[in-house]
Amino acid sequence: MVADAPNGNDITRTGFDPGAEWFAALHEEPNGIDSLTLQTHTSETAAVAEICGGFDNDPHRMLDILRQVQERYCWISPQAMRVIADLTGLTPIAVEGVASFYSFLSLSLRGRVTIRLCDDIIDRFSGLGAITEAFETGLGIKVGGTSANGAFSLEFTPCIGLCDQAPAAMVGDVVLTALTPQKASRIAEALKAGQSPEDLVSQRFGDLSPHERAERMVENNIRHAGAVLLGPVAADAGLRNGLDLSPPQIIDTVEASGLRGCGGAGFTTGRKWRMAATEQAERRFVICNADEGEPGTFKDRVLLTERPHLLIEGMTIAARAVGASQGIVYLRGEYVYLRDHIEAVLADRRARGLLGKAILGADGFDFDIRLQMGAGAYICGEEGALISSCEGLPGEPKTRPPYPVTRGYLGFPTVVNNAETFCHAARILDRGARWFSAMGCQGSHGTKLFSVSGDCLNPGIYELPYGQTVQELLEMAGAEDAAAVLVGGPSGTMIGRDTFHRRLCFDDLATGGAVVVFSHRRNILEIVEYYMSFFVHESCGYCTPCRVGNVFLQKAIGKFRDGKANPGDIDYLRDLSSTIIETSRCGLGMTSPNPILSTLENFPLVYSAMVKPTRDRIRDTFDIQSAIDGARKLARRRSHIFDRDFTE
Amino acid sequence: MSEPPRARIATASLAGCFGCHMAILDMDERLIELTKLVEIDRSPLTDIKSFTRRADIGIIEGGCCNEENVHVLRDFRRNCDVLIALGQCAIMGGLPAMRNAIMHSDEPLRECLEEAFISGRNIRNTTHNIPNDPALPLLLDEVYACSEVVEIDYQIPGCAPSGDIIFDTLSRLLTGRFRGFGRDMIKFD
Repeated sequence: MVADAPNGNDITRTGFDPGAEWFAALHEEPNGIDSLTLQTHTSETAAVAEICGGFDNDPHRMLDILRQVQERYCWISPQAMRVIADLTGLTPIAVEGVASFYSFLSLSLRGRVTIRLCDDIIDRFSGLGAITEAFETGLGIKVGGTSANGAFSLEFTPCIGLCDQAPAAMVGDVVLTALTPQKASRIAEALKAGQSPEDLVSQRFGDLSPHERAERMVENNIRHAGAVLLGPVAADAGLRNGLDLSPPQIIDTVEASGLRGCGGAGFTTGRKWRMAATEQAERRFVICNADEGEPGTFKDRVLLTERPHLLIEGMTIAARAVGASQGIVYLRGEYVYLRDHIEAVLADRRARGLLGKAILGADGFDFDIRLQMGAGAYICGEEGALISSCEGLPGEPKTRPPYPVTRGYLGFPTVVNNAETFCHAARILDRGARWFSAMGCQGSHGTKLFSVSGDCLNPGIYELPYGQTVQELLEMAGAEDAAAVLVGGPSGTMIGRDTFHRRLCFDDLATGGAVVVFSHRRNILEIVEYYMSFFVHESCGYCTPCRVGNVFLQKAIGKFRDGKANPGDIDYLRDLSSTIIETSRCGLGMTSPNPILSTLENFPLVYSAMVKPTRDRIRDTFDIQSAIDGARKLARRRSHIFDRDFTE
Repeated sequence: MSEPPRARIATASLAGCFGCHMAILDMDERLIELTKLVEIDRSPLTDIKSFTRRADIGIIEGGCCNEENVHVLRDFRRNCDVLIALGQCAIMGGLPAMRNAIMHSDEPLRECLEEAFISGRNIRNTTHNIPNDPALPLLLDEVYACSEVVEIDYQIPGCAPSGDIIFDTLSRLLTGRFRGFGRDMIKFD
């Protein structure tokens, strides 16, 4: 008989053939109370089976299957996992491995609407505390809780890519920005009164086009449009030019332009394409990385909203260059509000012959794209993890080499590029390599989107040629009292006022686009501690240096903040950081100590001011009174060593 | 000619199992050689309970789990020129520090004591009380490594360290030739 507790993970002990139990349950005669349970189970079973069928029971579409089950039932029940495992031919524990990895999937029952408050440091500095309180009071639940009637869950989530209009929150699949406590209370009231999240955006949400919906919810905040991406763009001119060129010529053009990947690492795009193109293989893939999870980055959000055609055009050109017939846009779960918009663009392009069979009438040029939604995992921005996620696995990085260009998605050569990179490529095919490489500076050609947020008057997107100084960008953004600037997000570099003359380019300050400004009112150690907690949360847990090391770093920073740090702790931070960097498996661990290392270098006084020297070589940082306080209360007596007024 | 002055050594066992003191005896006949260089002051080996005068080297076994450990350790720091943490408990907290793993509890100490004396499996405690004699030192909120309470000059690793590594370290320290451990000394498998 099927009898699992609602929170039971008895899936692990049902052995290798849980499907048998399920079939047995189906064929047993229902009776008494159990018949109700069975009916529920049967209907759930049928519905889950239908969802799986929608994806041809393909285990590689596990993430899509689980997302739909989550959407429908507000959790992934052990029963559902058994059914999925049975139909996709996997073991239940493999399904649970995926379901438990992603933070938007839940193994316990959540509310019908989940409210996710963005818990980025920018949101905290913009009054997240008061907004959290307003939601908690309004909904009658605490963060992490679910209301008794099963209507709402309230939780925190790391950066959702809306730092320029913080504080922000996701309510179901819609996003709400620039929140105030009053607004939060009104939202809570409206939700409790039975309004749908969509109603909060517009009463006629259903009548709006997907693009209009996205614009209603989120401001683009384009502050400076450059020549390449955000200025006027001729539709599909690059693709048409590309059709006149042979694939190697396309690659030559992109290589000659000097275009480098815009996700942060800056690998030469032309070379990447050439490597994938020259690899012997039956199939090849092109994947767009639109999983911008780096806190403070929101440039892809704007590109996806305003230049989706250019993005798809760039992918199509890449497909022609490397000989791929299938592509994937991997959209981060937090950008689910853009899903319909992207789908509409894809459908429109299919209808106009820009995707699908024989694109623009060119015989044999077949290429189509599917949209893969993520489910809330920062690590999936790493290309190996992203590919794992597309394959329906937990988003864990792959061992390198082999690199994705030789063995990527499903083992075939795969080009993974950032959304911005594809847009640039399309423009290069339109205007030529020389036009592009004339912009920017030596080694960093063209323009770059910078997403500026934090303590400045004009947060938003700035498209600038490479090589501008930080100071110039800050002046444009109206950040006069900037005391510290985080370039490239937490895995980048934190610089102080004395180095604002540094240049934004690959040879000086490389960045995926995030520029976060902090004024002198902000506490550097608070910021560092926040970012370390972010990395602790987002570590996939595969390798020990990253999983454990980041926790130790976070604890050590906590000691500094509490004034309990010893002089030796500064060396400890450095030693541990270099161990993590040297021994981690992927880019997350190789960059996660950067908030500490760059502030140690650029703000050394912040640390030394918090260090307590020892007296008589006895540590002041160990507080005997607080250490024995618990025991004093438990034993109901005082210390005859350390309580000075102690009498028998 | 009179003998050269011998170095004074003091030892103490805090939250340990006395295994490290047993390991000191594992130096075997080399102890005789060593006693030509040192005299032992305050130590469980001599049963001297407090410092008679300043010592050159203090050797600490075990971490700090109660207030008395802290008191003794601070006393050693004040009275010894060089302080050595001997063995894993002194260095990291060791086995007693397993109780630090009781987290996500409002009263981890109570939880620990209740499991140890009342509710744990295989417990036969007919009084159903947690021992609370006034003579018992108060426990700390968690078990601390010695280096968290005072500055430690040298750490000799092992559980327990071998007689070889203890003899090697002490004899080199006493003759000013200590330059760290050889690889073979700290290879445990």
